[in-house]
Amino acid sequence: MTQVKLDPVEQATVKENRLQDTKELKKSHKKPNRVWQDMKKNYSAYLFLLPKLILFVLFVAFPVVWAIVLSFQEYRFNGSIFIGLDNYIAVFKSEAFRIALKNTLLFTVVTVPFSVISALVISVMIFGLGKISQSFFRSAFYLPSVTSMVIIAMVWRWMYNYDFGLFNYFLSWFGVEPINWLGQSATALWALIIMSCLIPFGTGIIMYLASMGSISQSLYEAARIDGANSIKQFFHITVPLLKPTTLYLVLLSTIGSFQVFTQIIMMTGGGPGSSTETLVHLIYKTGFRDFEYGLASAQAVVLFVIILIFSIIQFRVLRHDE
Amino acid sequence: MKNKPIKSLNKIITYILLTIFAIISLLPLYWVFSTSLQLSSYQSQDMERPVSYVNANPPKMYPMGIPLYFEHWGEAREAAKAGDIELETYHRDMMSYIIEDTFSSFVNLFTKQDVGKWFFNSIYIAVIVTFGILLFDSMAGYVLAKKRFPGRNLIFWVIIATMMIPGQVTLVPLFFMVGKLELMNTHWALILPDLAMVFGVFLMRQFMYSIPDELLEAAKMDGASEWKTYWTVVLPLAKPGLAALGIFTFMSVWNSFLWPIIVLNNEALYTLPVGLKTLQDANLASFKLLMSGAAITAIPMIIVFILFQRHFVKGLTIGGVKE
Repeated sequence: MTQVKLDPVEQATVKENRLQDTKELKKSHKKPNRVWQDMKKNYSAYLFLLPKLILFVLFVAFPVVWAIVLSFQEYRFNGSIFIGLDNYIAVFKSEAFRIALKNTLLFTVVTVPFSVISALVISVMIFGLGKISQSFFRSAFYLPSVTSMVIIAMVWRWMYNYDFGLFNYFLSWFGVEPINWLGQSATALWALIIMSCLIPFGTGIIMYLASMGSISQSLYEAARIDGANSIKQFFHITVPLLKPTTLYLVLLSTIGSFQVFTQIIMMTGGGPGSSTETLVHLIYKTGFRDFEYGLASAQAVVLFVIILIFSIIQFRVLRHDE
Repeated sequence: MKNKPIKSLNKIITYILLTIFAIISLLPLYWVFSTSLQLSSYQSQDMERPVSYVNANPPKMYPMGIPLYFEHWGEAREAAKAGDIELETYHRDMMSYIIEDTFSSFVNLFTKQDVGKWFFNSIYIAVIVTFGILLFDSMAGYVLAKKRFPGRNLIFWVIIATMMIPGQVTLVPLFFMVGKLELMNTHWALILPDLAMVFGVFLMRQFMYSIPDELLEAAKMDGASEWKTYWTVVLPLAKPGLAALGIFTFMSVWNSFLWPIIVLNNEALYTLPVGLKTLQDANLASFKLLMSGAAITAIPMIIVFILFQRHFVKGLTIGGVKE
């Protein structure tokens, strides 16, 4: 209130002395005032934001801050104590974390390029078809994405079954001996990787199709006149123009695959040994089986930083040669 | 002219390849339903022990109920001709056996397990969260897109920034909070954090940009209050965006897994994915039962997808790359 009353007085003084430095004075004193009035004028906007903002602060912002605090603490039932960087040191020293990181990286490095490239290839194939077949195939490839990963993991565990699974049966057609897919450390992680590769990247296909629709046909027309065949057109027109979509999809699937969890807990529990242990499964185990809440928070923060670094690198690389 | 045969050959190859890929992509879902409807076992008089159709080597690629009926049809007809049995009896007995056995695991799930309850829990939680998100996110998205007020950009960027943070970071603090608020083992523990998801605010803001300012001005001229403008002008125009957001929210709540397995310990409160996990932990090798549970969980989303397909496409392409 006092600020509002001050306003005319100040205006008067500004008018009175037209010195050079009054401009700065005017700026610094008027600003909070205007902001306050703007806020009052738009109070309804804040009311519209209020419910979401309360939920956001309570269940997102506050927990994020708390997680960072926790990561510097050792959890004790009767009051946690600060232990500085000890949790982080423990994270980087621990064998379990290194294995989980290695497995997660391998998983990501194989599945992300495979998913994105196969989505691109499938989209190009679908795009050339008529309307009806286009929407038919688009649905066929998107359908698995609407079903829960829990279900997909359950059925793949069944398909990987040693005695009666579909895979060993298919392999028997080619005279290959049955493989104990999920039961031995040599194959378990690869079984999960193959599974992720064979689940179509439905979101990718839909987004690629949408972006292809917005590429002007005249570009292809011109290329055809210049004698470029369809493979050349694909590499010189389609791929470069789809780059923003590709960037988005690579980021999306990288973030997703760094967080791989459901398959692990439903199919292998991280085993045999720790051959399929991944970061999020490790966080889950550390926090909710071993109750090392501080350590689990530190692991989660490290996961976030890793994802962030990867995102920035991908952003740079895929953006650069545009 | 010379190109024509090559072009149609290309097209045929494309169709063949796409069909193969589509089969690979749909095979797991097919296998869920096929296994869930498979006969569990069958023993005829001349067999020493019952054969399992679910655990069969080679696997039975489709439910064997109807084929079994026809397999024994010939014998039955012979027997009927000889006057040993009546065909009608054969038909009645066989059909009731086949139907009972085919659906036995579904009956089991709904009568002996809590699947009915889990189904109800999943539905009502997903519905509450979906409507809550639609209301709150459209309100927030509307003012962030259309109003100029101090703090607007700050709020928007803070929201965008947190979209980058993986959910696992807040797992432990949320777990503590839920404990402190005494919400552990209640559905509020799922609903409240889900209502705080920010993706929808971003989506709604992007979508509401395209609403022409003139319409809002006109409503204001007519003396409509802010709330009335939002409710009668903005919301109807935002319908396609709301539909897309609603579907994606419903889907993500329906399928959410990591957080529910942490906060729910009481079987009666489980949602379907959590229930499926305990079902699998308790029946590791009864694949017919497990696949039936999976089928029950998958069917609602498949129906939603078939009914609202075009909204899925819309939802994925608004606010995604274009902008």
